[in-house]
Amino acid sequence: MKILVCISKTPDTTAKIAFVDNNTKFAADGVQWIINPYDEWYALVRAIELKEKDPATVIHLVNVGGADTEPIIRKALALGGDEAIRVNFDSQDSFSIASQIAAIAKDGAYDLILTGKETLDFNGASIGGMLAELLDIPFISLATKLDLNGTIATVSREIEGGEEVAEAALPLVVSCQKGMAEQRIPNMKGIMGARTKPLKVVEPVAADPLTAIVGFELPPAKAGVKLVSADQPEELVRLLHEEAKLF
Amino acid sequence: MSVLIYIDQAEGQIKKSSFEAASYGARLAEQTSTQAEAVVVGNSSADLSMLGKYGIKKVHHVNNEMLNHFDAQTYTRVIGQVTEACQATVVVLSNNVNGKAIAPGLSARLKAGLVAGAVSLPDTSNGFVVKKGVFSGKAFANVNVLSPIKIIGLTPNAFSPVAGEGTAEVVAFNASIDAPRVKHLATNKVQGQIPLSEAELVISGGRGLKGSENWGMIEELAGLIGAATACSRAVADAHWRPHHEHVGQTGGSIAPNLYFAVGISGAIQHLAGVNRSKVIVVINKDPEAPFFKAADYGIVGDAFEVMPKVIDAVKKLKGA
Repeated sequence: MKILVCISKTPDTTAKIAFVDNNTKFAADGVQWIINPYDEWYALVRAIELKEKDPATVIHLVNVGGADTEPIIRKALALGGDEAIRVNFDSQDSFSIASQIAAIAKDGAYDLILTGKETLDFNGASIGGMLAELLDIPFISLATKLDLNGTIATVSREIEGGEEVAEAALPLVVSCQKGMAEQRIPNMKGIMGARTKPLKVVEPVAADPLTAIVGFELPPAKAGVKLVSADQPEELVRLLHEEAKLF
Repeated sequence: MSVLIYIDQAEGQIKKSSFEAASYGARLAEQTSTQAEAVVVGNSSADLSMLGKYGIKKVHHVNNEMLNHFDAQTYTRVIGQVTEACQATVVVLSNNVNGKAIAPGLSARLKAGLVAGAVSLPDTSNGFVVKKGVFSGKAFANVNVLSPIKIIGLTPNAFSPVAGEGTAEVVAFNASIDAPRVKHLATNKVQGQIPLSEAELVISGGRGLKGSENWGMIEELAGLIGAATACSRAVADAHWRPHHEHVGQTGGSIAPNLYFAVGISGAIQHLAGVNRSKVIVVINKDPEAPFFKAADYGIVGDAFEVMPKVIDAVKKLKGA
């Protein structure tokens, strides 16, 4: 079993979001970067769990990014990836990123490709679906559960107000979210071992972007909270009814 | 030339988020002087001609028993064929669970740039620039779509559907369909609850409620006003509530008309998932809770004392 886990770097979840250069660039100074939590907690950890059940499993990691993403790739190797590939390419367009991963995936003949459901920075939720189409293999999105029985995968996927259970023969692309696995902390052995695990850097294939970000905006500031006394909760209900007209 | 809107269904009924997409697509068609057409995939029990009320002129219905269960790949290919047949230059989908499954594949297939999570109509004065949420609700990006065909995933509850008069022409569309490679086994729905992603009103509880046994008041208030229930990450991690109720940066991201937070301090990660809500109400006993800074209304007080009184007041209002 060969699994490819796609990992992306995102600003730490507590990072202050601000922009520079006339609001065209994210203010990255002093920002701590992490593995996108959906990629790490759900996609990668589930791959590791599958490897624990079937030790013959090989986990490859792929990242599309500059050299500055290597610390997070090493962390993913410390958690339990076997090898990593970094495509030396920086882009904000999901199609050109997916095209890079598709090129890697075609070479690697993977049985299972896992992504997080979306990244915390651009929230495109696009890479998995694009990859599946570029590779002509099925795609199950927003998965909360994934089990393998030989070469058949059983996957639960979120729908409005519940879940859908489906099965598909491998190869398969699955985008992962909460429920799939639990966050892990790398242990010392993993951290030491990660230093010598292979991290291959490859140059990008040609892929024209389909979109370009022209600028960023911050949401307008709130006018301020209207506080109601704890002794008069009925006043809150009146405001919600008469002023905000919510019910 | 047309704007094509994908109408997503659940059990043969049109989802609310699809009416939003239909209205949005119709407005965009008006703005770009083309026609709004819709595509419905699989069985439908709805009267599809009524999509005319939302500005749709023509509905392409692709009905085939192989399409009665959702499969991202099969649906993507069907919608791709309809896009080409009606020479659509824009495809609009709701950025809901199925939209997120279809839109990226469609983008790769048609080499059409995708803006997932759009919050307003495109600016077509110079290019095709769509505003979308980024950084998990903490900011917006304006994205220019460079390709001839454009795909927009519209954030649920970001655009109010406008119903007027009109009847759409419904035509059967004959698509070439390969058997789905994903086999549907079961659909498990939580009965009698409003799905969080579709909800206009949401009542949410946090660690301040101390345990799952205290969720009665959250559920009672939600029941009274027809709201969905949600929770913070700590609550889902402690298994007080199911994972699908978790909203926040690493859970669901929602933008309801009302987000009513009880016993949630409002950490930046939680705010990221809910700060696009139109009205935020916070009940917390800690006056320093960061959530008050993001709130529109608030009560500094003990939830266990305040909530029963809120519920009584709502009951009185509703005449119950």
